[in-house]
Amino acid sequence: MSNTIHDMGGMHGFGPVEPEANEPVFHAPWEGRVHAMQRVVGAAGLWTIDGGRASLETLPPAVYLASTYYQRWFLGLEKRVLAYGLVGADELAAGHSLHDPKKLPRQLTPADLAKPPVRGNFERPAAAPAKFKPGDRVRTKEMNPTTHTRLPRYARDKEGVVEAIRGCHVYPDTAALDVHNENPQWLYTVVFTGKELWGEDADPAIKVSIEAFEPYLVAI
Amino acid sequence: MSDHDHDHDHSELSDIQLRVRALETILTEKGYVDPAALDQIVESYETKIGPKNGAHIVARAWIDPDFKTALLKDATEAASSLGHVSPVGSHLIAVENTPQTHNLVVCTLCSCYPWEVLGLPPVWYKSAPYRSRAVIDPKGVLADFGVTLPADTEIRIWDSTAETRFIVLPMRPEGTENWSEERLADLVTRDCMIGTGLPKPEGAP
Repeated sequence: MSNTIHDMGGMHGFGPVEPEANEPVFHAPWEGRVHAMQRVVGAAGLWTIDGGRASLETLPPAVYLASTYYQRWFLGLEKRVLAYGLVGADELAAGHSLHDPKKLPRQLTPADLAKPPVRGNFERPAAAPAKFKPGDRVRTKEMNPTTHTRLPRYARDKEGVVEAIRGCHVYPDTAALDVHNENPQWLYTVVFTGKELWGEDADPAIKVSIEAFEPYLVAI
Repeated sequence: MSDHDHDHDHSELSDIQLRVRALETILTEKGYVDPAALDQIVESYETKIGPKNGAHIVARAWIDPDFKTALLKDATEAASSLGHVSPVGSHLIAVENTPQTHNLVVCTLCSCYPWEVLGLPPVWYKSAPYRSRAVIDPKGVLADFGVTLPADTEIRIWDSTAETRFIVLPMRPEGTENWSEERLADLVTRDCMIGTGLPKPEGAP
């Protein structure tokens, strides 16, 4: 779902940002376990990074807000291992494996783990040339998909300027739903004035950019 | 544990701990994960991957104009060329602070952050206050960090809505002309590279 609580840009009422001095990497050992399990199970390639994000975005809004970051990660991971049949609900209840494991498409090897983790490359060959170039004026689409998207609500139906082409990348809106549907699209940095996003009272000193996939944009 | 999870009482905390342990047990029994591998991943983020990597990149850009040019052109390639920085994933973009423009990085939709150069993001970066306000009230957010900019500085907010990742190249503070690269790197905090801080020599106002 796209119009849910995770899409927070421009909302009011959450209070001040509270930096924590000398913050530890993990605040409790279980957070590190969740982080590491997510990486190892994610490497199986059953879902994409956006499939993972979608599983957090579809948590009930009250749960999302009341949960800490790694609690959300855990709840999303639990949902995914159930949905993809890696773990049964009976096993979660029992706290032990009760059935034979499923064969995973891929598993991290000790050699993979010996290397520092490096993010994947999301760039893919393009099926067509980029429609826009730096300097082009564009309008983002008004759209309200019930499935995952990376076009935030505050930046829909807004006029902006293409600042850069970032290559042709895996398209989150389809890859979230199906690991085999990468549907690569051109990706652009699009800049908006504060006034365009927030109206006449906006701070004239601010400009905001999003990373926008070509299907989010129309030419002006 | 944990004073930091102040939104949650202890019964909820133990509930999540139990559930995490149960999931790890099941995944281990099925052979999907190896607990030693999990230890290794946790350890690498706790000890090896952190903002020191980014600070080295910034310090090098301050002393080496050719490196700075290369960094602003393709940060992944430039950062990877530094032997002492761990490999950097694709699509890293360095954005330069100038007297005219201050850059601030956010991910309003989740928590996208350049892990390889800054480590894992702090809690505040992933929190609702930061994600909601950075794009509409960046000056208010900067004030929460004690940062005030000249009134005529443009604030450019980068919302990390795709797999591109951003690192801010702060301005080199005055009075550091003869400093070594190592000493310069010590000035570069994590927040400087997100845009919520400014590098300050000790004793500077």
